[in-house]
Amino acid sequence: MSDAVPAVSGRDTLIRYLRDAGGVGILALAIFVPFIGLRLHGHMNGLALGYRPKLLAIGVVLAVLARVLVLIWQDRRVHQGRAAWRAARIASAGKYVTPLLLGFAVLLPLVPGIANFYIDLGVLVMTYVMLGWGLNIVVGLAGLLDLGYVAFYAVGAYSFALLAHYYHFTFWECLPLSGLFAALWGVCLGFPVLRLRGDYLAIVTLAFGEIIRLVITNWISLTGGPNGIYNIPHPTFFGLNFNLGGGAGTFSGFFGIDPDPKQLTTYLYYIIFFLALLTNWVTLRLRRLPMGRAWEALREDEIACRSLGINVRNTKLTAFAIGAMFGGFAGCFFATRQNFISPDSFTFIESATVLAIVVLGGAGSQLGVALAAVVMIGIPALLQDLSIYRMLFFGLALVIMMVVRPRGFVSTRTPSIALGRRKLISSELISEGHG
Amino acid sequence: MTCLLEVSNLVMRFGGLTAVSRLSFTAMRGDITAVIGPNGAGKTTVFNCITGFYRPSEGEIIIHREDQSTLALHRLPGFAIAKRGRVARTFQNIRLFGGMTVLENLMVAQHNRLQAATGFTLLAVLGLGRYRHVEAEAVERAKYWLEATGLTDRADEPAASLPYGAQRRLEIARAMCTDPVLLCLDEPAAGLNPRESEELNALLLKIRAAGCSLLLIEHDMGVVMKISDHIIVLDHGKKIADGAPADIRTNPAVISAYLGDGDDDDEDAVPVAAQ
Repeated sequence: MSDAVPAVSGRDTLIRYLRDAGGVGILALAIFVPFIGLRLHGHMNGLALGYRPKLLAIGVVLAVLARVLVLIWQDRRVHQGRAAWRAARIASAGKYVTPLLLGFAVLLPLVPGIANFYIDLGVLVMTYVMLGWGLNIVVGLAGLLDLGYVAFYAVGAYSFALLAHYYHFTFWECLPLSGLFAALWGVCLGFPVLRLRGDYLAIVTLAFGEIIRLVITNWISLTGGPNGIYNIPHPTFFGLNFNLGGGAGTFSGFFGIDPDPKQLTTYLYYIIFFLALLTNWVTLRLRRLPMGRAWEALREDEIACRSLGINVRNTKLTAFAIGAMFGGFAGCFFATRQNFISPDSFTFIESATVLAIVVLGGAGSQLGVALAAVVMIGIPALLQDLSIYRMLFFGLALVIMMVVRPRGFVSTRTPSIALGRRKLISSELISEGHG
Repeated sequence: MTCLLEVSNLVMRFGGLTAVSRLSFTAMRGDITAVIGPNGAGKTTVFNCITGFYRPSEGEIIIHREDQSTLALHRLPGFAIAKRGRVARTFQNIRLFGGMTVLENLMVAQHNRLQAATGFTLLAVLGLGRYRHVEAEAVERAKYWLEATGLTDRADEPAASLPYGAQRRLEIARAMCTDPVLLCLDEPAAGLNPRESEELNALLLKIRAAGCSLLLIEHDMGVVMKISDHIIVLDHGKKIADGAPADIRTNPAVISAYLGDGDDDDEDAVPVAAQ
């Protein structure tokens, strides 16, 4: 480290640290005195004021130390050269993390003796990975801020639920239909919002998400309203179901093994794993095709796209439609996994969660989004023992994350084509899109 | 020599302001036509009308194709002017896809040709069809223009990381990758040093030699007078002169537009200063 430090003397640095940390100490003291230093005790005749000087001192010292650490860390980063530091980190991480994650995902349900809870959690995380990858097409590639993605999730789920309820369609028949319907709704949403950008686009997509949910809630004769739809069938394995009763026509009966709820969970896990991989594969392919390049070009500069003869309207519509299609697939899967759906599953918080996954992961990055889904969905579920502090730690982690890496876990972009070696493009050069 | 672009009675109003009034001119096939005029004369507005960024309030903009057929640009939606009219443009303030590499910029420019080969994207996603072949051709075309603009070494770098002069050249290369019949350049020499300006002249002459006509807005008279075949002078939205560079140089109306009225002694002032 020291060799890279320019000619700033140690004394100057020390004074700067002391001044800065001292300020933080005074601030901490001012805040902590009422919160930590003073305490009200219940007393025989009313309340009595108590003092906690030791705890107060510890709090202030901790704040000062934390500030000093932040300062040291900031200086280190400046000297190391941010771009090089990042590029090296990402390049080395990307090389190993992807196969590791993939291997872990493939083997997770096969770990001997693993509890059903963890496989089920894997299913949940994988659903959000898929949703994140789907939304990534719209937000990350095309740069269109969509706050109503849950609408397509709902369309997919209800397409299957209604077709199964009224016409006894099976999961495998409905899966493509759900994607198709969701894509159609994506185009429906796309048309009115084509002229909108940025904040305005976000608001209209938000409203669209709410409209879908309210229609589902209020069209009681069709959807059952807030009561939802029950008895949505689970997927079958080449015609074999997963009834726990066993016997002919069931998975366990056919293979001559004991029925176990884990069999169904494992099956669901591999279905969503496959669907998520499909989403990823299609996205990666599309990025190298004219359509995907046009999406990214649209994010970078819409006017330039127009001057090159790219039909901006159609390009935006394809982004909405394909993003929505994967949302629809995920919705169909959600319905079959839950057995039961109601409008409560499709509130705005779902859209916000998926968008947070995309932003936290690094818009446009497939690996980043997968990591972010694990962090956003998996970790809170695993921390359930921490009860009320769970969301506190979680919120803090998100804030720190956005301070440290404002463009997400993986913020670099890999070129879609190159004459020589593909060099990663730093996030400083990449536009975030204007809606 | 045949007519390529015919603008007749073009009027562009913004509310009460008339930016262009009753402008008519033609650009010949194989010519470099320059549009000059003082700041605020309406040059960029004319460009935006021709390239479909504004819809003219009145008037017609017609492209005459080689097979004698015509295409009314003022009736086309914006993007179709580049696609069907084969009119490409660059921008006064450079508009590149900054986060994409130089090569990617040139591939996006060939979007329509490439997209047509993907079988509605579906076949290409599955790796079927002739997309691979067409993409290889597109890369060759991109390489040609990279070579012509001296950007081959930087093909894999993000466009935003290029120096200013190279970004200008890349924008021209990108426009040329759309295979236009008419290339509209909005102040291509702005901010270039004299040597870069010379290189630009050579590039523009090369483009003309390759069969593409040019329409040029430029303040740098060194570029305009040296390479233009035909100059149109605008002032306050009206055409005040139209002719060969030698005629424009001595046209009293042009001189008074640039220098104000009553400067008849300084007839050569503008062009000389600019040479």
